[in-house]
Amino acid sequence: MSQSQDQSFQPDSFAFTADNLDKAKALIAKHPAGRQRSAMLPLLDLAQRQEGWVSLAAMNAVAAMLEVAPIEVYEVATFYSMFQLKPTGRYHLQVCTNLPCMLRGSADIVATCETELGIGIGQTTADGMFTLSEVECLGACVNAPVIWVGDDYYEDLDVESTKELIRAFKRGETPTPGSSRGRQGSAPEGGPTTLLTPVAPSPRTAGEA
Amino acid sequence: MPKLTIDGREVEVEAGTSILQAAEVLGIEIPRFCYHERLAVAGNCRMCMVEVANSPKPVASCAMPVSEGMVVRTDTPVVAKARRGALEFLLINHPLDCPICDQGGECDLQDETMAYGCDRGRYGEGKRAVKEKDFGPLVKTTMTRCIHCTRCVRFIKEIAGVPELGATGRGENMEVGTYVEKVLSSELSGNIIDLCPVGALTSKPYAFTARSWELKKTESIDVLDAVGAAIRIDSRGNQVMRVLPRVNDDVNEEWLSDKSRFACDALTRQRLDRPYVRRDGKLVEASWADAFAAIARRLQGVPGTRIAGIAGDLADAESMVVLKDLFGRLGSPHLDGRQDGARLSGPRCSYVFNSGIAGIEDADALLLIGTNPRKEAPVLNARIRKRWRRGGFPIAAVGPEADLTYRYDHLGDDPALLTAIAEGRHPFAEVLKTARKPMLVIGQGALARSDGAILLGLARRIAEATGMVTADWNGFNVLHLAAARVAALDLGLVPGADGRDVAGILEGAAGGAIEVVYLLGADEIDMSRLGNAFVIYQGHHGDAGAHRADVILPGAAYTEKSATYVNTEGRVQHTQMAVFPPGEAREDWKILRALAEALGHRPAYDTLAEVRKRLAEVSPVFGRVQAQLPPVWVPFGEEGAPDAARLSSPVDNFYMTDPISRASRTMAACTAAFAGDAQERTGTHG
Repeated sequence: MSQSQDQSFQPDSFAFTADNLDKAKALIAKHPAGRQRSAMLPLLDLAQRQEGWVSLAAMNAVAAMLEVAPIEVYEVATFYSMFQLKPTGRYHLQVCTNLPCMLRGSADIVATCETELGIGIGQTTADGMFTLSEVECLGACVNAPVIWVGDDYYEDLDVESTKELIRAFKRGETPTPGSSRGRQGSAPEGGPTTLLTPVAPSPRTAGEA
Repeated sequence: MPKLTIDGREVEVEAGTSILQAAEVLGIEIPRFCYHERLAVAGNCRMCMVEVANSPKPVASCAMPVSEGMVVRTDTPVVAKARRGALEFLLINHPLDCPICDQGGECDLQDETMAYGCDRGRYGEGKRAVKEKDFGPLVKTTMTRCIHCTRCVRFIKEIAGVPELGATGRGENMEVGTYVEKVLSSELSGNIIDLCPVGALTSKPYAFTARSWELKKTESIDVLDAVGAAIRIDSRGNQVMRVLPRVNDDVNEEWLSDKSRFACDALTRQRLDRPYVRRDGKLVEASWADAFAAIARRLQGVPGTRIAGIAGDLADAESMVVLKDLFGRLGSPHLDGRQDGARLSGPRCSYVFNSGIAGIEDADALLLIGTNPRKEAPVLNARIRKRWRRGGFPIAAVGPEADLTYRYDHLGDDPALLTAIAEGRHPFAEVLKTARKPMLVIGQGALARSDGAILLGLARRIAEATGMVTADWNGFNVLHLAAARVAALDLGLVPGADGRDVAGILEGAAGGAIEVVYLLGADEIDMSRLGNAFVIYQGHHGDAGAHRADVILPGAAYTEKSATYVNTEGRVQHTQMAVFPPGEAREDWKILRALAEALGHRPAYDTLAEVRKRLAEVSPVFGRVQAQLPPVWVPFGEEGAPDAARLSSPVDNFYMTDPISRASRTMAACTAAFAGDAQERTGTHG
């Protein structure tokens, strides 16, 4: 992955805020001497939390803090799709379109997002509030379809709940993460289907314990 | 030591050896792309799969250490299938553009697909295309061909020490490159062309000029620095098409500096291909007989004490010994082989790299004096970096401060520091003393000064005071810049008590005391100081010397003669003739021998073998080719306090240091791309 031609959005410099600098130092200090580079992922994450994305200047700053060559940070930052290498909107809607989500209607979710936000995949709204992305499996197939925003998963979505989710973000609210249908975690819909009756522990197991 | 069986044959190898290496011991070849014995193991090409008993799947043999009783098969259907599968995956995105690829004919992917691959592909989808990278004027990229073995990434990071290359992105989006557009700032960058198993990285100057099977391959020695790297000269017809490194573990391992590799385009440019004689202020073409006659006329009646000679940086030992004999006959004591004015003339131990280049790996502390090895001898610098990477190798430098690709303690550039170290007043003296095998490298930046002999003496005192010289270790090392220098010193091309050195010759020529100056490929002196002297220039390129000359005798470049060179270690090596000298040019010793005869001194040798016998008579070291003999340690150098002048490196622009590299277009492009303001642009810049 090489940089695209136009890099005019890159800021000239990057510095951690005083708060984040303390956090960064604490993260580095967790690792034994000579192994500071292990703090690269947390530091890049910290930079992304501060700026909303990871700029070239931020990667260079992380490289300098960890005393590694900048290319080594570029390698890591470009490997993980979770690092945003371009400015993103305040709410980054990452819609899973892998097989289970697709079977459960993720195409409708994507279409709903596009019409609600007026942007296509990979684009950011003019006001800088929303970025829409299509992502690979988020590992929440039981609750498909899923949108990932910030640190939260919004699950069991349909067209209506997706609209409501976006409107809530537009109102400046933070909707409750998890199932939009009120399901508890990944529990079966309509209540438990197994282990309905209590089972006495087997004598042999009990004896061993 | 674990014992294992590979294909039914037992082998016992060191613990920690990989299966692939163990198979190599038995001569069983396992195909590979990413594995390279001088680089870290990556294990990402999956080509080296073998079957190991009791293992459910084939294993990557490059990354699997052997264990006791292991039973390995490399010839089963499972292995064949694994190789076929790996190749099929590698070829998914590899363009089948072999007919227009410069790697064609010497491509690992091509060869291994022929040997182990399918005869057709099953992949009908579109192949990916990757943007080309700009790695500078030397390395041409066709990144669509890249199979992501990461050999280049590992070389640039581990050996070259300029971590600029990496693999960014993931999966189908993975690309090898610098991510941020920039050229590779390494003097060893050409080696990634050799390392690349496919046609992703090829030589830019060589692009589309020849096919590997058309080339005649001549094994020879590089002379553009004093390392004496083993090279292979690839020529077609009478033209050198390219220069590649050969393996010589004692000298260059299998690396070659960019200058040595890419300056070969100059061998057809600016060449002196016929004799010239100056008539009425203008150089006019002449025959050999005319040129010799002009010299004989001018020398008539001139006493030997008014004749002087200077041997240049690329002169071979044969021509220097013939020149020395000729000067003996002419009765001239003014013959110097140190055109940079290095204050070296003592015993052999005082002017060679005593520990040997491979010896760097045994050392455990290093002091650099007045040298920037990265610019002066990149391959040797890579060896220092190799040792440094292993750890426990403190390095300090008194001299220029520069990025040497390893960490070192820059003590300063004040020569007085050397006195302090020699007298044990400096903390680094203690580091050297506690080391088991300490070494120092003194460069021409220290020796080619007016107080060079004092600095040499100081270096000897440091060596003796810190235990660098013991029965089985000699860590006193001189790093030369010129391939000719050690041979010149071995042959005694050093003026005696009544002779003039280079500075004296120039002074004499300017003042009129020297009437005739013979320049054997000497171009690095100040020609304006030759005054009205009659200058005979023998060499192969129209450089400074030829411009000043009154008679030009066209000689042969290193690719055009079988000649002897002695590298900075004192290792005697022979170049081989790959192509013929152009036009009327001749091998240098033959020119001098013919000239001697024209002057009425018939030498006692007529053949190359006889000249080499003469060489061995003058100095027995010439009788031992490739041997690097440890010389006897005897005192040398002068006592005294050095000047206050700062120590620096004589090499400003690595890409242009001699008549060959100065005539090279490729080196001019490198100078423009890398050396920055070191060279001012002139009207002749393309």
